[in-house]
Amino acid sequence: MDAKELKTLKKKNKIKDSKTDYVYYAICAFILFLLAVIIIYPLYYIVIASVSDPSAVVNGEVWLYPIKMTFSGYANLFDRPDVWRGYFNTLLYTVVGTVFNIVLTIPAGWALSRDYLPFRKIIIPLLIITMFFGGGLVPYIAVCTALGLYENPLILIIGGGVSVYNVFMCKSFFQTNVPKEVLEAAQIDGAGEIRTFFDIVLPLAKSIISVMILFYAVGHWNNYIDALIFQVDTEAWPLQTVLKALLETTAGEGEVAAEQFLISKQVQFTSIIIATVPILVLYPMIEKHFGQGVLVGSFK
Amino acid sequence: MENCCGEAVISANIGTAQPSDNEKLIEQAYEALAGGGSENGGKVSANNGKPSKWEKWKDNFKRRGWILLFILPALVYVLIFCYAPMYGILIAFQNYHQGDSIISGDTVWVGWDNFNLFFSDPNFWNYFSNTFLLCLLGFLVGFPLPIIVALLLNSVRAKKVKKGLQILYYAPHFISLVVMVGMLKMIFGSDGLLDKIAGGNGLELFLKPEAFRPLFIFSGNWQDFGWSAIIYLAALSGVDPALHEAAKVDGASRFRRIFSVDLPAIAPTIVMLMILSIGNLMSCGYEKVILMQTDGNRVTSEIISTFVYNFGLGADGKPGLGTAAGLFNSVINVALLIIANFTSKKLANQSMW
Repeated sequence: MDAKELKTLKKKNKIKDSKTDYVYYAICAFILFLLAVIIIYPLYYIVIASVSDPSAVVNGEVWLYPIKMTFSGYANLFDRPDVWRGYFNTLLYTVVGTVFNIVLTIPAGWALSRDYLPFRKIIIPLLIITMFFGGGLVPYIAVCTALGLYENPLILIIGGGVSVYNVFMCKSFFQTNVPKEVLEAAQIDGAGEIRTFFDIVLPLAKSIISVMILFYAVGHWNNYIDALIFQVDTEAWPLQTVLKALLETTAGEGEVAAEQFLISKQVQFTSIIIATVPILVLYPMIEKHFGQGVLVGSFK
Repeated sequence: MENCCGEAVISANIGTAQPSDNEKLIEQAYEALAGGGSENGGKVSANNGKPSKWEKWKDNFKRRGWILLFILPALVYVLIFCYAPMYGILIAFQNYHQGDSIISGDTVWVGWDNFNLFFSDPNFWNYFSNTFLLCLLGFLVGFPLPIIVALLLNSVRAKKVKKGLQILYYAPHFISLVVMVGMLKMIFGSDGLLDKIAGGNGLELFLKPEAFRPLFIFSGNWQDFGWSAIIYLAALSGVDPALHEAAKVDGASRFRRIFSVDLPAIAPTIVMLMILSIGNLMSCGYEKVILMQTDGNRVTSEIISTFVYNFGLGADGKPGLGTAAGLFNSVINVALLIIANFTSKKLANQSMW
């Protein structure tokens, strides 16, 4: 009996769905579809509003499709040096900051996953405590100030350098995904801890590294508040902080102001899009790594 | 040094021994070497040549201690950026000014004054109940929703549809708070879409205290219901299909099987996440609240952490007061966590530590 026959036989013998099952599946499909619409619509609205005539948007005419399509919003965005400077700053902070995060996190996760790590019984509680208790915002700022990070853009790279939660995610990834046999073989070959890590562990860690890159990069990309808390100079503001200021601009008075108001409204829509697209492009590329082993493990 | 035991190990490795046997043999080989190797010859302990715990530890440290190098940078980082601020809690007992060092000759100690100042603030109970209500309502809506979504998604049989829905549901999680609140204002704010569709002038939801919590919780769930479902989906994917088949044979409908197969499978995950959520019942991030806060909705939107942000920072802030308020908040969190953990230990025999 070949595989195909077996399959059809299996299908025949399968217990058929009952009528209540069909009702269940229909309701289930309806709810999931509804949720999908609820997620998509606001995103869709921002997109169509960004390419519509701003006066139509302000009058509430745009809600299903773009009206008087125009790309002037995107063109106007080019006249905003603050937005582009923010974009550049954010790129810099995200790339350098994420490298810093990865260099700290991945090796730490590896070390914690080894039960022969000296002082392991002290180090693990030391890390876990920080997940539930901290000094709070003011002492954190005081410590960073003492380190010379106040009014210093460097905080936007260094801040949040290690997420203990992520370290534990790496730890459980390594615990389940690095075969013992390979490590033993390496040891027999005389590979020390450092060579083992670089030659054997790292090549096996691609999926956890990509997930960590995504998490940390999104964290840097979306961070707006550190620049405000640490009073970083506006020139060094990241995109999200610029965007916050831009979204909070309000209408002025008079005819020129009205014109300005429309333009700034439109720029708000377009800037939201250019600030979000990179993340929404990066994320599906890494999504396939959200396997069981990567995300579940953080809870033992 | 590592090579000196190579021979013994290799001989143990030959043959068809199971991995677990292998492990034992290797361990034995190591032990023999650690106890009786020429280098360690002088340190053989008294009890029949077997190494003591301390000697074992020392040998392990010598052989594989380099692994400490991998944890060291992260550990130093955590000590500086997490533990030094804990030491900085002392600020709560000082008359501290922006830029002072935490302890110096000029430090003015004020005892519990900052706490008294915070507790005697006429709005203290308002901040307290705002914090608690916002998080509690968020929990009541936000906790069951991902479970329901995961259960529904899990019963989708077309793999591609399921995958597509998952990618879509996770996506809003990655949208920044600034963009999220911006979108919220464009749709629900003044001259927002809803305002216009409802006939123009007058909804002003962002100025209304009673609209703050629904907006905050709705948008929070919009962003995260899919993301939070991941962990349940992963737990569900571990369910043995044979269980479903067996239940089917017994005549259980798909809906019935949610309760008799799926839910029991994710129950431990649910309990674990519930403990964590209860431990967070007094901490809903101030970053988003700050973005949504207006003079109009401050009555409901001022929570303890925004109070710290608004009054504890900057040149004219009161750092001592801010630290005291923050400490009060995190002590409650820890207490809640411990209570939740204790309760689940008693009731469900499941605990985090």
